[in-house]
Amino acid sequence: MRIRPLVSFPTSSHAGLRLEDGSRVGVVGAGPAGSFFAYFLLDMAGRVGLDLQVDILEPRDFLQPSPQGCNMCGGIVSESLVQNLAAEGISLPTTVIQRGIDSYHLHMDAGSVLIETPLHEMRIGAVHRGSGPRDVQRRDWESFDHYLLQKAIDKGARLVHARVDGVALEEGRPLLKIRGGGQERYDLLAVATGVNSSALQAFEAAGIGYTRPEVTKTVIREYHLGREVISRTVGNSMHVFLLTIPRLEFAALIPKGDYVTVCLLGEDIDNVLVQAFLDAPEVRRCFPPDWRPDAKSCQCMPHISVRGPARPYADRVVFVGDCGVTRLYKDGIGAAYRTAKAAARTAVFEGISAAAFHRHYGPVCRTIAADNVMGRLAFVFTRLVRRMSVARRAILRMTVAEQRRPGHLRRMSGILWDMFSGSAPYKDIFLRMLRPACAAGFAWAFVRSAWPPVSAPGSGKETVS
Amino acid sequence: MSNGALGRVYEDGEILVRQGDAGDCMYVIQEGDVEIVIEKDGRETVLAHAGAGEMVGEMAIFLHEVRSATVRAKGRARALTVDKKNFLRRINEDPSIAFRLVETMSRRVRDLSDALARVTRAADGG
Repeated sequence: MRIRPLVSFPTSSHAGLRLEDGSRVGVVGAGPAGSFFAYFLLDMAGRVGLDLQVDILEPRDFLQPSPQGCNMCGGIVSESLVQNLAAEGISLPTTVIQRGIDSYHLHMDAGSVLIETPLHEMRIGAVHRGSGPRDVQRRDWESFDHYLLQKAIDKGARLVHARVDGVALEEGRPLLKIRGGGQERYDLLAVATGVNSSALQAFEAAGIGYTRPEVTKTVIREYHLGREVISRTVGNSMHVFLLTIPRLEFAALIPKGDYVTVCLLGEDIDNVLVQAFLDAPEVRRCFPPDWRPDAKSCQCMPHISVRGPARPYADRVVFVGDCGVTRLYKDGIGAAYRTAKAAARTAVFEGISAAAFHRHYGPVCRTIAADNVMGRLAFVFTRLVRRMSVARRAILRMTVAEQRRPGHLRRMSGILWDMFSGSAPYKDIFLRMLRPACAAGFAWAFVRSAWPPVSAPGSGKETVS
Repeated sequence: MSNGALGRVYEDGEILVRQGDAGDCMYVIQEGDVEIVIEKDGRETVLAHAGAGEMVGEMAIFLHEVRSATVRAKGRARALTVDKKNFLRRINEDPSIAFRLVETMSRRVRDLSDALARVTRAADGG
């Protein structure tokens, strides 16, 4: 049997390729993208009476605490994803959601403001991707990734504990080389490795036109505080910070179970930047007065995608989740759901050729990528706000005023809510920023915050809760 | 309510949806039961019950009309709101998200057909 490298992998000349009864589908990676793909593929195949064999290849065990069993991310299930999953019949159980988030707390040097969910409902879920940090003391909950994987297994997928080392083509079909020996040939391959996996090199070298996403580094740390302390301090809010610390782009504290997760995004992020953030008075106020960060706490510095490949598909191969196209900085799990489901839908109903993926899966990827362009503009605006103290005061003034008048239109609060929660497309948020009423409200708040400079109420440490 | 409970808790008898109100969302029951009640001429008729995982108030997603029935908690219940705007945006991108909703509505049509058949048979004295 002749095995040749994927250099000559066909990409456009097999428009009629389709899954048939007995087709074998390999899913590389059992994070949310891989599990969602397997789940929806089997669900939709079942609806049309198509009998598929689906293998999910994953070397990690999500039941193991520490980064070894974790897919390393902030662990937020967005408002829109919570709703979409509920409509799909996947209601996330209380054992998986570590804490329901019902509000955002925006902290700036000008002050803080609490922005509550429009319906006073727990609409955002904070989850542990794996089985918790390495110093986990009690485990009366379930890993989010394990929960989704189990859903896919319940639908009929088979979990194969294996690490993929190489990819080749055999008789027109992708062949996976497994570490430690062994090969598996599939009719369709869904790649859902994320961007922190060495397996991506094999696909990049395969000559199918795939290039791995551009990435940036983040910092994630898990601090044990205990549930009661968290309820008294951080509460059910996600705390976001727009601080003037050089190189710091965005920072958030996420309460979950006994832990608070610290997520930082910035340029050339390092421990010095992390320490500067933790020492900031706006951050210290969120923790108990005597709290000191534990140097031994669980921490990681994973990459996140900031620009996906132009064509995350080829004949019989599709890339979903972070290693395909994802949303800029926000709602990565939501993007994994959207791309995985679109790819599964295409594979069942439209075919598995590059042409089918281009026509039916491509639009979802292109919509997300186009929205990220608007997201970049929104983050340029955020950067400007971070640099202009009067703009920070104006935003605070406008938001505080809105939160004090229930029933009134909450333009700035809504923009900030959607920006932080990732609930709405960036385009939607950006267009709302430009609406005359919002722009006029902001201009008025800007003028009032700038003059008189001393007595402006928003210039103090004003907090609304 | 547990820290990880999404949605909102409704106490026994508390109303999720009131007949005659404008609606811009539907609900997915997370825990407990609710009853769907129609009020006419001062009399209440219980049309159906819904439990965990089921959708209620879904007609508001597609119809620009007021709520056709009242939905209230029967015992303690927890429900999650699904916004009309979010759901329609999602349907636009992925029509298959409506599979389950169509299944729910089909089941309700079948239940109503069965009920109508029973009422007709009773009226005919059968």
